[in-house]
Amino acid sequence: MKVLVAVKRVVDYNVKVRAKADGTGADLNNVKMAINPFCEIAIEEAVRLKEAGVATEVIAVSIGDKSCQEQIRTALALGADRGIQVETDGSPEPLVVAKLLKGVIAKEEPQLVILGKQSIDGDNNQTGQMLGALTNMPQGTFASEIKVEGDKLNVTREIDGGLQTIALNLPAIVTTDLRLNEPRYASLPNIMKAKKKQLDVYTPADLGVEPSAHLTTVKVEPPAERQAGIIVESVEQLVDKLKNEAKVIS
Amino acid sequence: MSLTFDSARLANPHLTSDHESWRGQLRKFIDAEIMPFADDWDEAGEIPIELWPKAAAVGLLGMGFPEEFGGTLEGIDSWHNWIANEELARIGVGGIPASLMVHGIGLPPVLNWGSQALKELVAPQVLAGTRHIALGITEPGGGSDVAQLQTTAVRDGDDYVVNGSKTYITGGMRANWVSTAVRTGGAGAGGVSMLLIPTDTPGFSRTELDHKQGWWASDTATLYFDDVRVPVANLLGEENRGFNVIMTNFNGERMFMAAAMEACGRVCLEEAVQWAQERKTFGKRLADHQVIRHKIAQMKQKLNATQAYIRVCYESIEAGNPNPGDIALLKVQASETMEFCAREAMQILGGSGYMRGNRVERIYREVRVNAIGGGSEEIMRDLAARQYGV
Ligand SMILES: Cc1cc2nc3c(=O)[nH]c(=O)nc-3n(C[C@H](O)[C@H](O)[C@H](O)COP(=O)(O)OP(=O)(O)OC[C@H]3O[C@@H](n4cnc5c(N)ncnc54)[C@H](O)[C@@H]3O)c2cc1C
Repeated sequence: MKVLVAVKRVVDYNVKVRAKADGTGADLNNVKMAINPFCEIAIEEAVRLKEAGVATEVIAVSIGDKSCQEQIRTALALGADRGIQVETDGSPEPLVVAKLLKGVIAKEEPQLVILGKQSIDGDNNQTGQMLGALTNMPQGTFASEIKVEGDKLNVTREIDGGLQTIALNLPAIVTTDLRLNEPRYASLPNIMKAKKKQLDVYTPADLGVEPSAHLTTVKVEPPAERQAGIIVESVEQLVDKLKNEAKVIS
Repeated sequence: MSLTFDSARLANPHLTSDHESWRGQLRKFIDAEIMPFADDWDEAGEIPIELWPKAAAVGLLGMGFPEEFGGTLEGIDSWHNWIANEELARIGVGGIPASLMVHGIGLPPVLNWGSQALKELVAPQVLAGTRHIALGITEPGGGSDVAQLQTTAVRDGDDYVVNGSKTYITGGMRANWVSTAVRTGGAGAGGVSMLLIPTDTPGFSRTELDHKQGWWASDTATLYFDDVRVPVANLLGEENRGFNVIMTNFNGERMFMAAAMEACGRVCLEEAVQWAQERKTFGKRLADHQVIRHKIAQMKQKLNATQAYIRVCYESIEAGNPNPGDIALLKVQASETMEFCAREAMQILGGSGYMRGNRVERIYREVRVNAIGGGSEEIMRDLAARQYGV
């Protein structure tokens, strides 16, 4: 079984991002970048499927400018077999990403596609679902456990009410939630071996896609500063404040 | 722009995606396996022995050592080394890298000068983190004047009989082997040899030096040799040619100390800037007082200079023509920078900086071991002046 995993280059989760003074975006100058944590979980799951003898090949794909090859290389060091970069300027919006991934799926015909449920920069939580719609493949989003059984995939999903298990026909799309697994570290020898693994670069045109923009960023500004908290003296005072100041109960 | 550990690093055109991958994965490892426990280990004066095999698994212990012994050498360059030393220094607990990575000074004499049998016995276990090695040069009688060392190794049949002692030896309590400088010949540098001494040999004993200004997590020891019989086959290099072994070993040690010291200075900068942007005095942020702004700018200025100098020295190593004088002075540049940054960061943090449990307080206490160990500032300047033929 061939598994395709999407990985995205994002600002490292430890970085405190600041808005640029002119409000045009976040200041990414000299900022540490990393694989989106949810994508790392996706890679880990695919590699575990391979180690369990279920998957035969794991392909890591990233969409972006040349710098995203760094994250593809990390995915290769974590155990993916080969990489694909779809070269675009900057980071396109979810719909374009989904269309490009659809193009890659058409070329590679994977049985399973694993994506993060969202990336920690835009927090859109859209790409997996859009990809499902575009490819007409069944989707299991927010997965906390997956099990391949024959040509079926059982996905345990984290939903508001608890856990839900669904059975999908393969080929299928899965998006990962935090509890799916705990990713390993890539060791230095594996990082060095990853340099020799195959990495193909496609343009959107190779995949028959013309990147288009449907979204415009109006302004990026930091959230309002939080006021210092207070300690209330009594339950009555708490209720009063919740009612009349915070207006969250009536 | 802000000034953080990462953003205060000058761009380095030599870094490729595998270097960045290495930084990212190593940082993840450190943040999960070391950072949360680092304070406690330092206070307890001990690192759990399980850390070594874990560091081996992520490739840290084997970095730069040959594959045949379990290391990773192919494709590894100075930039991987720089990154590792930076990331380890970022922990802000100097005793951890000092002890964890002490094989970085203890093992090269074995690999560069020891017999094949010795290498095969020692290197795989050390790089797997299951056994430990240290470097024993300094003696109670003196450290700077290596040529005058007094521990003797007298030939008796196929053995040397070793008598004397070594002190301030990092990793000395844990070591299974010590690459030891001994006197096999006459006075001066020409009578010095390097000998690998197994610590389970009868006549060997040790005591812990556990009252130190800093590096608490590291097991520093005094070693005693009382008629310790060591096979002649454990000689590292030729008899009476040990001084050269010691001197070549120093370049690597000084480079990684310099990299770590600059990174410690950068930790101080990061902590100071964060505090200065939050703390308010006299109606404005500390960062808005000119005196404080200048302290911050001056820290960055010195860090920039040190980073650029480190890069030049690594470039010369990569090109195969390092200048020991330049490396000696880099070590001084780095310890002075670390000292300055620790001082200024402590001033900016005020009373809160003086309390135990923060990185600046500890780095402040760990300046001197860096300025003295691995060749003191005075000795480094003297060495450089001689190198330059003054
Ligand atoms: C925590 C710690 C860990 C260490 N780990 C190790 C280790 O693993 N292995 C090891 O072998 N050693 C180790 N050392 C020892 C270290 O390398 C020595 O302390 C150092 O070389 C200085 O030697 P010394 O302490 O004997 O000082 P001395 O040589 O006695 O010097 C004392 C002072 O005089 C100055 N001085 C000496 N000669 C001159 C001169 N000609 N001109 C001007 N000034 C001079 C020195 O700079 C120094 O300031 C460690 C030290 C410490 C503190």
